[in-house]
Amino acid sequence: MAQPAHIVKLERQNLAGWLMAAPAFVLLFMFLMLPFLLGFVFSLTDQRLVSPNPTQFVGLSNFAQLLGADTLVLAPERDASGAVVKDETGAPSYPSLRDYTRDRDAWPQYYGMKELFAFNWGDSRIEVLVRDLVFARALLNTFAFVIVVAPVQGGLALLLALLINQKLRGINVFRTIYFMPVVISIVVVALLWRFIYDGRDGLLNTLLGFLSFGLFRPVDWLGQPSTALWSILGMSAWQGVGFHMVIWLSGLQTIPASLYEAASIDGATTWQKFRFVTWPGLRNTAVLVLIVITMQAFSLFPQVDVMTQGGPLDSTQSVVYQAVQRGYVKQDIATGSAISVILFVIVLSISLFQRWLTRERHA
Amino acid sequence: MTPTLAANYTLWGRIWRYGLLTIIALVFIFPVIFMLVSSLKPDLQLLRDTQSFRAFLPVGDISLDNYFAAFRRAPVALFVMNSILVTSITVIAALFLGSLAAFSFTFLNWRGRDLVFSLVLATLIIPFETIAIPLLLLVNKLPMITPSGFTIGWLNSYHVQIVPWIADGLTIFLFVQFFKDLPKDLIEAARLDGANWFQIYWMVIMPISGPVLATAAILKFLAMYNQYLWPLMVTQSEQYRPVMIGLQYFFQLNVAWGEVMAYLSLITVPVLVFYLVLQRAFISSIASTGLKG
Repeated sequence: MAQPAHIVKLERQNLAGWLMAAPAFVLLFMFLMLPFLLGFVFSLTDQRLVSPNPTQFVGLSNFAQLLGADTLVLAPERDASGAVVKDETGAPSYPSLRDYTRDRDAWPQYYGMKELFAFNWGDSRIEVLVRDLVFARALLNTFAFVIVVAPVQGGLALLLALLINQKLRGINVFRTIYFMPVVISIVVVALLWRFIYDGRDGLLNTLLGFLSFGLFRPVDWLGQPSTALWSILGMSAWQGVGFHMVIWLSGLQTIPASLYEAASIDGATTWQKFRFVTWPGLRNTAVLVLIVITMQAFSLFPQVDVMTQGGPLDSTQSVVYQAVQRGYVKQDIATGSAISVILFVIVLSISLFQRWLTRERHA
Repeated sequence: MTPTLAANYTLWGRIWRYGLLTIIALVFIFPVIFMLVSSLKPDLQLLRDTQSFRAFLPVGDISLDNYFAAFRRAPVALFVMNSILVTSITVIAALFLGSLAAFSFTFLNWRGRDLVFSLVLATLIIPFETIAIPLLLLVNKLPMITPSGFTIGWLNSYHVQIVPWIADGLTIFLFVQFFKDLPKDLIEAARLDGANWFQIYWMVIMPISGPVLATAAILKFLAMYNQYLWPLMVTQSEQYRPVMIGLQYFFQLNVAWGEVMAYLSLITVPVLVFYLVLQRAFISSIASTGLKG
């Protein structure tokens, strides 16, 4: 991070300095730092917008409610001889999950939990249970995005940057076009893409039908859980890829041309030049692009609000959408604030991770 | 602009490169063309045309009727005026207070300066979404002086959309980055001439800060004009709504898609024109936010 340049003289300019910095600082304090601190405080209480009861301090229980998770191993049911009971399809049968999650006396730790997912391990079935199913989905959606989509999207942006980084007449026209969606409001983009993703006559279905000579069966892209999240992310990529391309471009331009000349003299192929000259020079840029994409994924809100409202079946829930739903729509300030605090901790961790990954540069 | 060798591509090399560039360009352009073209079509035709490539062509029954209908359906002019008012006041105030603070952080030496500057930089990693709800509660408790007296609560006003957005860490940071590379003799000379600090800021530094003013203005403009979550929360009455929230008008009962497209075109085209005219400045501004790390 930059430090202010060194002082002109060693005299102190207290009054002028304070007067000039104060207006901006006071506003930042009032409207950013103070609400930020208030959010921390609210997250430890049971604050609601309107409530007959006085607000109380509840410690970390909002976080326990949001993040509570547990696993439960279900052994298959056995008959009198000890053999596993199987149903018609040959699958072992297990005791009902409700026996555990609805029985407050026998299983207090599982009471009220819901199944996030389950998998088989040998004969047993392992249930992953969470207290807040919708929020867990929102977190999982975001992590799925970070692991799967961010590298793909960053890679696409790099391809565009390499294309734009060629010496061709009129290349700036293409750069201007690829970047254009970045300046359009995401709300406008989301509405336009509802036409592209429409289940019956959507432009994407029309295009795929045309390319496959009518073999493609129309898909309701936003209407089914298996495609809705990916459709929203595809649209976000369309809007944001120009931005990531420009970051790659500025990274590409820091690589000295002499390195490419030397590689040419050594007879390097285009791929070898990319592998041994371009890519090593882009390490810090790569970290930056991935971080920017990840941060944007965490603030996924307008797209979800305009296109799916979190559905179908919670498949497009996002962390911010949940924060707004609970804190604003349902007026549960405490839970909304707790979600905000969780989001902030994640963002802070990512920032620190970025610092760590790019640390040599600061040495 | 490129580090690539001055390559002389063969004819085929050129053709496939331009071909690929063009196909990708169409992916980015088509949704926008679809919007503009659809805004000229009656609803039935608009929906029918999505089944073929007519969706991207201004063919059939073309008119400006959707635009007139949009103006009849919603107070479009009011929304546009609100957006212009809120955006322009915020941008101007942000540039002024941001550059003033940055001047103080860069050129003046005062007790607590480094601490305050670190706090300002720390705000850069707080996403707005994480403070939206406590901020809403806070502004709802703030006093306000109106012609009819003293009231509590800032909701449904222009200033609730302006004041919280005036100061931001990014603007201050951009100015500091620019100021610290300016020659210090400029300030020394002005000091010797007896100028006070505000005069130096206003008459020496600001006149040579064109590039950073443009960068900061473009970023602030885009952020403010395209804002969604905050105005959605604080403007329940239509009188103060900006264009993005005005969209809700078009989604009551029967959605008239032609009018929606007309409205979307109306609020997007000015930004696109602005962008096309100043594209170099836009791209380098936005690139600079990515590099703040």
